[in-house]
Amino acid sequence: MLIRKPTDIPFSEVTPQSLYLRRREFFQAAASGALAAATVLAPRGAGAQTGPKLPNVRKTPYGQGERLNSYADVTGYNNFYEFGTGKEDPAANAKDFTGRPWTIKVDGRVKNAGDHDIDSFIKPYALEERIYRLRCVEGWSMVIPWVGIPLADVINRLEPEPGARFVEFTTLNDARRMPGLNVPVLRWPYVEGLRMDEAMNPLSILAVGVYGEALPGQNGAPIRLVVPWKYGFKSTKSIVRIRFTDSEPRNSWQVSAPREYGFYANVNPEVDHPRWSQATERRLGEFRRRPTEMFNGYGDQVARMYAGMDLRKNF
Amino acid sequence: MKGFTTFRRLVFAAALVPAAALTYGAFTNNLTANPIDYITDITGLTALTFLTLSLTVTPLRRLTGRNELIKLRRMLGLFAFFYACLHLSTWVVLDWFFDFASMTSDVVERPFITLGMVTFLLLLPLAVTSTAGMIRRLGKRWQQLHRLVYVAAITAVVHFWWVVKADFREPRLWAVALSVLLGFRAWWTLRTRLPSRS
Repeated sequence: MLIRKPTDIPFSEVTPQSLYLRRREFFQAAASGALAAATVLAPRGAGAQTGPKLPNVRKTPYGQGERLNSYADVTGYNNFYEFGTGKEDPAANAKDFTGRPWTIKVDGRVKNAGDHDIDSFIKPYALEERIYRLRCVEGWSMVIPWVGIPLADVINRLEPEPGARFVEFTTLNDARRMPGLNVPVLRWPYVEGLRMDEAMNPLSILAVGVYGEALPGQNGAPIRLVVPWKYGFKSTKSIVRIRFTDSEPRNSWQVSAPREYGFYANVNPEVDHPRWSQATERRLGEFRRRPTEMFNGYGDQVARMYAGMDLRKNF
Repeated sequence: MKGFTTFRRLVFAAALVPAAALTYGAFTNNLTANPIDYITDITGLTALTFLTLSLTVTPLRRLTGRNELIKLRRMLGLFAFFYACLHLSTWVVLDWFFDFASMTSDVVERPFITLGMVTFLLLLPLAVTSTAGMIRRLGKRWQQLHRLVYVAAITAVVHFWWVVKADFREPRLWAVALSVLLGFRAWWTLRTRLPSRS
């Protein structure tokens, strides 16, 4: 298989030091709130990493040189409505969540259908670290060092049948372990999907860890999808089912608001959310907004999959 | 009377708690990983809280007959305006850092931001004319002008509703509270204006 070398970090990714300094000057000039405001924007501490390190994680060139968001930010601020709709709810409500024992059901148009135990499911593959940018549809972003396995390798081993044109992912739907499921904010279980070529793209991974450790509950333990050129909601967490199908899956956000969220959800600064602009984003830990990049900066690896498609219609 | 003055002071102190909590959180770096969004949310919600509280004064006064409650109304309204100012400055300074071109296009193109701005512009003349001198000078027109607060409360709730992605529980709660408060006024007006049947 052709493994494309990840793009180098364009200079536009680097925060100019002049801006950083300007921010400080600005706040120092302000009267009593100055110190407070500067503290607000200072990077938060690395946070406690408590779990054991995952063994034999191979480094990769993906995202080398990116400034990582802290462990505290990555594991303390995110959307995972199964644990509540507040940004800090997942970390608070997933404290006791464990990803073992865990079974992944594989079904649909695939040869190796059946129930797979998580450990035997991931055992055949070498773990890789992939540093990816994550762009939330809400307009904020992070840089996260995932640990995972290429989705393409998993799919090849599962041997989809010729009619399999899409892959559908389903999140755990267990209200006793995920209190947010008691509130019908979305149609549960959470469902997402990819076209087969998207799923087979070398960028697509199933992550089992972050910052070298097993995924905590709030980040989608024990196994989640990561597709960094799409808005974060495409990256299904706590996967219990992988289904191969011939028709486009109806993803939960599209069901919830079809005018606002589509199937593709590619990061695209030119196609706005109906209620807000997608042209800029705030990288957590930075003060000024930065321009959002087409396909979240992964165009070299993914743009050709959408050649000839109207991305305004297929948002 | 003495007791009520103490009560008023307590309300004043309590109204400063959200601002103090944000300041403390800023010094202790405890405003989530996304402090700008967090400050925006808290100042907006607090503004809406005081706006709604200011609308409870008249119904409470009518229901309890305790007319001294009216002395709270201006203070609650001005705190609504105070937090609305913080909310707007968060957007101008922290969120966009005076990028007026982007802010203008947001006000024009994004209905929820348009409504936020409309709400602020509705509250502005009310705050300006809240002094005793202005009340005297405007006379009857003061009351007419200050009925704009009903419009501002409605635009504020819709502004909140339109920014939410999927979990509408909170804006729904504010909409219900506002409906009750405005409904009470409609009912009271009908009750006092229509001839009694008894």
